[in-house]
Amino acid sequence: MKARNFRYVRPSSLEQACRILADEGGDAVPVAGGQSLLAGLNMRLSAPKLLVDIGDLKELTGQSYEDGGVRLGALTRHAELLCSELIQKRVPLLARAAAHIGHVAIRNRGTLGGSLAYADPAAELPACAVALGATLILGNLAGQREVKAEDFFTGLFETQLKPGELIVAVKFPAMQPGTSVGFAELSRRHGDFALVGVAAVATVQRDRIGAARLAYFGCVDRAKVARSVSAAVTGLAPPLSDASAFAQAIRQDLTPEDTTGLRADTKLHMATVLTRRALNSLSQRSDP
Amino acid sequence: MTDLVGEEDVAIEATLNGKPLKRRVKARQHLADFLRQEMELTGTHLGCEHGICGACTVMIDGRTARGCLTLAAQISGKSVDTIEGLTESGKLAQLQSAFIARNAAQCAFCSSGMLLTAYELVASGRTMSRAEIREFISGNMCRCTGYHAIVDAVEAVMAKNEATAEGKA
Repeated sequence: MKARNFRYVRPSSLEQACRILADEGGDAVPVAGGQSLLAGLNMRLSAPKLLVDIGDLKELTGQSYEDGGVRLGALTRHAELLCSELIQKRVPLLARAAAHIGHVAIRNRGTLGGSLAYADPAAELPACAVALGATLILGNLAGQREVKAEDFFTGLFETQLKPGELIVAVKFPAMQPGTSVGFAELSRRHGDFALVGVAAVATVQRDRIGAARLAYFGCVDRAKVARSVSAAVTGLAPPLSDASAFAQAIRQDLTPEDTTGLRADTKLHMATVLTRRALNSLSQRSDP
Repeated sequence: MTDLVGEEDVAIEATLNGKPLKRRVKARQHLADFLRQEMELTGTHLGCEHGICGACTVMIDGRTARGCLTLAAQISGKSVDTIEGLTESGKLAQLQSAFIARNAAQCAFCSSGMLLTAYELVASGRTMSRAEIREFISGNMCRCTGYHAIVDAVEAVMAKNEATAEGKA
C-alpha cells in the first residue's frame, strides 16, 4: 500500500526541529532512517500530518569516547554499531545485538535514536540500552535533559519523550575489566522481529557471575531490567547445564500473553532457554 | 491562521545514476515509486512495500537501501544508483554474467535487488563463507531459485576477485 498524504519539512537545526515538533504537537512525527516509520505509513498504521526529517541534523551525529563512556549520536546507524572499532571494543553488546536487526539494507538506514524512540518491545536496542545502564540525552527548546534508559521506556511504544523533544545522543558506560556481555535471540527467520530475546551485562569473577543486569525483548511490553532474574543468576558459574536456578525468577519478571501461534507458556520456556544461552555466551570485550 | 509548516511538494537536488537531478517530488511518494513512475526507471521492482522482500533495493551513497522505506524527498543531497545506472557503468557486469552462467535468475523479479545487495557484498572486498553470503543476502527474497545458484554466483565472483587481488600482490 501507499502512505496517506502528508507534508514534509527538512529543518536545518535541532532547535528548528524541536520548535516545529513542539508547535505541531501530535500531528507531526520526526523521521530519520524511517525503517519502522515508513513501513507503518505504507501500511497505514498511522497517518501523521507532517513528517519532520531530522536525518541530516549535524547535532545528532558523532561518536566519541569520553569520561569512561561512549557517546553515540542519535543518527548512528545500525551498520555502524556492527563495524565501528570503538563500539566493538567499548560497548560490544551493541555490536552483538546489531547483527540481529533486520537485514543489511535496513541496517544501512535505521538509526539508534530511531529504534529507542520508537520503543518497539520486540526491538533489540531498547533492551541493550537498559541492560547497559545507558543514559539518553534529550533535546528540547529549553535545552537538554538526561534520562536513564530504564526510566525512558514507559509502555508499549511509549516513552518519556514529550512533544517537541528529540533524542540527541545516548551515553553508554564503557565495558569495565571483569565485565561480560551476553546476547541471545530467537526469531522465526534471521532478521525477523524477535519472538524472545535477552541482553545481559554481568561482572564475572573467578568464573562466577557477580552483579548482573538482564533485559528481555519480544516477550515484554517494554524494555526494563528483569530484577528477579538478575538477582537469581548471581553466584552461578557458566557454562550452565540447566535453568533451575532462575526458571522461577523468569516467571516473576515476565508475564507474556498468548499470541497467535505462540502460547505464553511457550514464550516463558523459550525465555528460559535463551537466558541460559545468553549466560553461557558471556564474553569479555569482543575477543572470541 | 498561520501558514502550514512543510509542503506536499518538496524540492530536491540529488545525483541519480551519476547525473544531477533537480525536481519537485510528492512528500508521500517513496523512492521506488518515484524512480518507476517519474523517472521511468522500472528496473527497481516493488514487492511488499514494507521492507521485507528487498525487490526495491537501490544504492544511496554507495550503500543498499530499501526504495520503499525511503521517501523520494529524503534523497536530497544524496547520490542514488539504480540497477540501470550500475548496469550501464559496467559495475555489475561480472555479477550479471555469473548470475546468467549459473541460472541464478528464473522469473528475475528479485534480480535487480539481489544484484545490488550482491554488489555491496562483493565490493566490501571481504571473503565470506556460503553461510555468511546467505546471511548477507537474507533481506532479498527469491521465490524461484532456492538461493543455491545465487550463492554459487556470488561465491564465484568473490573467488575470482580474490585471485585477482592475490595476483597483483
